[in-house]
Amino acid sequence: MKTLIHGGRVLCPASGLDQVADVALADGQVLAVGQVPSGFTPDQQLNASGAWVLPGLIDLCARLREPGQEHEGMLESELAAAVCGGVTRLVCPPDTDPVLDEPGLVDMLRFRAAQLRLAHVHPQGALTRGLQGQALTEMAELSESGCVGFGQAEHALRDTLVLQRAMQYAATYGFTVWLRAQDAWLGGGVAASGPLATRMGLSGVPVVAEVIALHTITELMRVTGARVHVCRLSSAAGVELVRQAKAQGLPLTCDISVHNLHLCDHDLGYFDSRAHLQPPLRQASDREALANALADGTVDALVSDHNPLDANAKHLPFAESEPGATAIELLLPLAVKWAQAHNVPLTHALARVTTGPAAVLGGTLPALAGSLQPGAPAHVCVCRPSQQATVVGAHLRSQGKFTPFEGAALPVQVVATWVDGHLAFDDTQH
Amino acid sequence: MPSHNPQLNRHGELVHLLSIEGLGRDHLTHILDTASQFVSVNDRDVKKVPLLRGKSVFNLFFENSTRTRTTFEIAAARLSADVINLDISRSSTSKGESLLDTMDNLTAMAADVFVVRHAASGAPYLMAQHVPPHVHVVNAGDGRHAHPTQALLDMYTIRHFKGDWSNLTVAIVGDVLHSRVARSNIHALTTLGCAEVRVVGPRTLVPPSLAPMGVRVCHTLREGLEGADVVMALRLQNERMNGALIPSAQEFFKRFGLTEARLAWAKPDAIVMHPGPINRGVEIDSAVADGERAVILSQVTFGIAVRMAVMSIVAGHDGARA
Amino acid sequence: MSVTAPNAEALYLKLREAVQAWLAAQPDPAHLVGIASGGAWLARRLQTDLGLPGEPGVISSVMHRDDFAQRGLAAAAMQTKLPFEVSDARVLLVDDVLYTGRTIRAVLNELFDYGRPASVALAVLVDRGGRELPVCADLCAAQLSVPAQQVLQLQRQENGQFVMTLQDAS
Repeated sequence: MKTLIHGGRVLCPASGLDQVADVALADGQVLAVGQVPSGFTPDQQLNASGAWVLPGLIDLCARLREPGQEHEGMLESELAAAVCGGVTRLVCPPDTDPVLDEPGLVDMLRFRAAQLRLAHVHPQGALTRGLQGQALTEMAELSESGCVGFGQAEHALRDTLVLQRAMQYAATYGFTVWLRAQDAWLGGGVAASGPLATRMGLSGVPVVAEVIALHTITELMRVTGARVHVCRLSSAAGVELVRQAKAQGLPLTCDISVHNLHLCDHDLGYFDSRAHLQPPLRQASDREALANALADGTVDALVSDHNPLDANAKHLPFAESEPGATAIELLLPLAVKWAQAHNVPLTHALARVTTGPAAVLGGTLPALAGSLQPGAPAHVCVCRPSQQATVVGAHLRSQGKFTPFEGAALPVQVVATWVDGHLAFDDTQH
Repeated sequence: MPSHNPQLNRHGELVHLLSIEGLGRDHLTHILDTASQFVSVNDRDVKKVPLLRGKSVFNLFFENSTRTRTTFEIAAARLSADVINLDISRSSTSKGESLLDTMDNLTAMAADVFVVRHAASGAPYLMAQHVPPHVHVVNAGDGRHAHPTQALLDMYTIRHFKGDWSNLTVAIVGDVLHSRVARSNIHALTTLGCAEVRVVGPRTLVPPSLAPMGVRVCHTLREGLEGADVVMALRLQNERMNGALIPSAQEFFKRFGLTEARLAWAKPDAIVMHPGPINRGVEIDSAVADGERAVILSQVTFGIAVRMAVMSIVAGHDGARA
Repeated sequence: MSVTAPNAEALYLKLREAVQAWLAAQPDPAHLVGIASGGAWLARRLQTDLGLPGEPGVISSVMHRDDFAQRGLAAAAMQTKLPFEVSDARVLLVDDVLYTGRTIRAVLNELFDYGRPASVALAVLVDRGGRELPVCADLCAAQLSVPAQQVLQLQRQENGQFVMTLQDAS
């Protein structure tokens, strides 16, 4: 299949390109960006004049709830939602049911996803069997099945001896350990500790829960040599520790979610369970520090933290509801919204959802993944700037309809997404 | 997510009572003034007025409380409403029926007012957003968040004995951190213009993070009681000992218990209040609880009138609000 | 045709004369009970002027009004206070303006919450017609026709003088 996308504003963070150019795709790869060979006869064309052409996004945290917690057809709906949002690769955490701790389960998940020809699934494997925090998983085997790293999802590893050994073992093979920085004992609350949680009578997660966990992680990195990716930081103090660790040369990367980037504790409103999230939404000063850290590269990637929960999980009193929100379709528009609000150049901002995550995933991805350069896999997203688009949960492609961004204005709308040269999402007639 | 206070309709009238927060001084004063009309009803031979005749009040208590439920029952009965008590622990909710499904079923049985007590902070808001326009939710206590009718009867009691708030110093002693009564009282006192509100107790139960609510945090009883006009003691629950918050009830009493001798630090005409039930020898000793400065039984009496006022205010106007 | 508000002081004198005669004709002493607020002012002045012992009763219609569903609980300027045993008592209700009769109905319900009176009679300053219930005044100083969209009310000035006002219903 040969495709020509012409006249669009091409934005490629990898090459720094930001200019109007034609993009040619062939045999599942990017053939040319600008300077399309004269004999190129496309089977499929798109007039992208007035639109932007980007590499397909890479989302380092999106739950598919398969195997185990899914509704009918969830793998399909969530991967379709991904390409609706211009996301062509996503990492799913291992807290499925059963847990992704067996190569067979990982193979099956990747096989089923591949058949759908929508976004690529790059599973994160469990660090310990059943996420129980005791026995190690067969990381080498799991890596062969396609796991890009190993983690504990939301099940904090309390036993520091086991954590040290797990990191030590992973370091043998150069595998990345993915960890949430939240102390198990201090991290049991449902909202961010502070005046608002106190006023609302909600149990709080103090910043010190993140800080203590980060200290534990960085110290263990020093003695084990493990590479660690810290998932979904939430506080100013947290990003400052990461900044210092990076300055000291530790192989540490981290991400933040679109929720902590844009929202703060006030968005809980009147106990709105759509704003019940883990990590919790912290104060405005934390949000500001996260935005700055994303801009200056201390934070490597912006993730959606997608969780397609249904009414059974959300139509409950705040503390009884499940934390999480549907978000994969909002990753791109929210990245752009942040860029525009903070005067971050577009290619720089888009790096946080393309080359930044690609670097975290390193050798587990094909060369040039996350870029629009000749030879890169043909993962492309075309979107149009928009004046009227707003978030309407009920209209999302995902089966999850609950988002704290309900009603928010969105600056761009995706019109088409290619995965391996195949048009996986087509809204061009609209 | 509603951007306006869900307790008020678009005319600014109270249609649910969920929390003292978001209610201005005028709303609070109106409720207190209405309550004073109902105090006299309790002194008549016929202790009933027909205001809620034909309306059904459902007491939905997900957390056990015979005393609060009983006062709501009496208040509703005195307004001539039909009162139905739901023992949730034995009802279908414990079989897995969700809170909202329970409410939908009851609404289908023509419920007009839900009086709700729930262990989760914010549960009444979920309910208020879910019910149809002519159904009203009254919060009888949600988690640690709010107990608005208790604060209103406490304000009524203070107004009755002390008059105007602007010169008053009120000390709230005990487990403020876990207390919905304390939170609602703090909001009411600050809204009504109380001169100084102090919270008093050990740091684990009275942390500095309470200060943004507009209170002075005191960690010694002496500092908290010095010159106070009103002393409110809060109930200390057993779970606090298990959660590594305080070592024992005895040590709490030794340092923060209200005794006659310590009450001398407060003003000579200071009144002593307690939301009940009292733990004698823990937060308050018998001499004080039974003494002449304690107005605890008045609180109970006023509680019925205040709850009558709240129910008649939220359920009034229904014919006009089509 | 516009109606002007009547002279309240002149009407009061007429009413007082009628009440005095009525009291003298009763087999046992009667109790004055003024309907809040206008009737209560009248009852107080009558009690003093006629040299009756003790205090007049005050009765509020608020708890038994039939417009709760439309208008909510009315603000109560005064609360019911009956300083006598209602059962077997002879009661003279006093009000400023008798109109639809609904206030009287509510007040009767309120009174009967306190006991079973031997008899109840009604004295009003002005009967403006427009009855919607089978209620009538036993004593009345003036009968006036007032347009439906206007409100006739008794006011009491600082020096205690009565004045009647006529306003458009807002």
